[in-house]
Amino acid sequence: MSIRVENLTKYYGQQAAVKDISFEINTGQIVGFLGPNGAGKSTTMKMITTYLAQTKGKVFVDGLDTEEKAIEVRRKIGYLPEQNPLYLDMNVIDYLRFAAELESVPKAEIDKAIERVVDLCGLNEVRHKDIGELSKGFRQRVGLAQAMIHNPEVLILDEPTSGLDPNQIIEIRKLIKKLGKEKTLVLSTHIMQEVEATCDRVLIINNGEIVADGSPDSLQDKFRGQVEINITIKKESIDKDLVERAFTSIQNVERARVTKVDDNTVTFHVSAKKGSDVREEIFRKIVSMNLVLLGMSKEEKSLEDIFRQLTKN
Amino acid sequence: MNNILTIYKKELRSYFSSPVAYIVLAVFLIITGWFFTSNLFLGGVVTMRNVFDIIPFIFLFFIPAITMRSFAEEKKTGTIELLLTKPITDLDIVIGKFLAAHTLTAVALLFTWIYVISLTFIGKLDFGAVAGAYLGLLLMAGIYVSIGIFASSLTHNQVVAFIISFLIVFALFMLNKVLMFLPSGLASIFEYLSIDYHFGNIARGVLDTRNLIYYFSGILIFILLTKTSLESRRWS
Repeated sequence: MSIRVENLTKYYGQQAAVKDISFEINTGQIVGFLGPNGAGKSTTMKMITTYLAQTKGKVFVDGLDTEEKAIEVRRKIGYLPEQNPLYLDMNVIDYLRFAAELESVPKAEIDKAIERVVDLCGLNEVRHKDIGELSKGFRQRVGLAQAMIHNPEVLILDEPTSGLDPNQIIEIRKLIKKLGKEKTLVLSTHIMQEVEATCDRVLIINNGEIVADGSPDSLQDKFRGQVEINITIKKESIDKDLVERAFTSIQNVERARVTKVDDNTVTFHVSAKKGSDVREEIFRKIVSMNLVLLGMSKEEKSLEDIFRQLTKN
Repeated sequence: MNNILTIYKKELRSYFSSPVAYIVLAVFLIITGWFFTSNLFLGGVVTMRNVFDIIPFIFLFFIPAITMRSFAEEKKTGTIELLLTKPITDLDIVIGKFLAAHTLTAVALLFTWIYVISLTFIGKLDFGAVAGAYLGLLLMAGIYVSIGIFASSLTHNQVVAFIISFLIVFALFMLNKVLMFLPSGLASIFEYLSIDYHFGNIARGVLDTRNLIYYFSGILIFILLTKTSLESRRWS
């Protein structure tokens, strides 16, 4: 089950929320939409789920045009909106039954469908409670259960872990991982770790445009810039300028400077060319100057840095 | 059809699982009961006339109060996004909600049968007129409900929904009260648009297709307006 988005554009009045984006998602992928708030993630999802109409462009779900075959498209999608749509005065089972009926799950199979999602989402202990009495974590799981009640092939989850505590987040991520094995799964988030923990592929969206597309690893490779190294040396009769000069003389090193001086240590920061590894040379220089090396570490560029770099305006 | 039923059942349950339905029903019965008994014991006449005269007034407040939450609440809590991304049409949702709210008004009217039944023990009642009045009230409630649901679809604030629907039904209700101030050409249009005029005809026991067409087209127009109002989200 694939999702194909072609030149999708959405204007709210004069303001463009999504600008001419295109991408394709294939079966069995967990894809993360990553972007700051207001980047157009939710708007894109709302157009895929037919809640909103696009200004321009096309969306195909399993080859079906979302504008012409809205009802069929909705049948194939399970959707958890950002604002988890729950009826607080209903109990969990009644709510899931209502969702199942709306999805036209055959009457004879409704009970089975409910049991399946109750099991999958760990809702057994709260099944007869009113949703209004549930904690945020359970509510989110009820929302997920609702989205999966008709066993859809595509799951679209808008910020599925927002507002949860760390334990709940880990649980939901586990669930997403599990679901992603058999379904096409799209989730949005502004949390980098979420993408690193769950997604096979990341679309970084900023100001309504896709600014990066790839697996978390490949993005890290692609956007890895200079190599940054921090070196801590024991203080004792040390000539900072001499050390700096020594470091700069190493091949590939572009810059070296002191970043911190305390009572016992001096910390240097060295920037080297992309793709180089100058740690060994640095170590030898230090030894040759008869200094005591206390620590050396290489800074990796995380997805978070890439995200900040790409979405900084 | 199944989808309409699903929405209908869910709506009815939400009416009766909250205190709203019981409060409005109680208020409705207290007011009509007072008019019924005062007429019976003070006037000593066997008639439902007073009750039927007062119900259109009560409906002016009663029905906007019933319908104000139907869409406004869903918009406020976001559940509207659940409904509108499920494989059912917008029209199914509107009709399901309309029928549920209309059922609640029918239940209120059903309770007033207590008055009718007790009257049959003490005197002779004109059943033709009674049946006509009930039909008229049901149709009137239908228009009010469709207006109320339309108003509720315009906003996510229940109070605003109440005020909008009250203003519209009040305007329709008052149309034939201002006829004397209007030139005769305009007056006949106003008269035809007035809910009260058509109700008067039916309540007298005269069943004219012109009156029926008025009610059914009114209901249809506001149901379609509601559907359009729901769809407008997609283009905003």
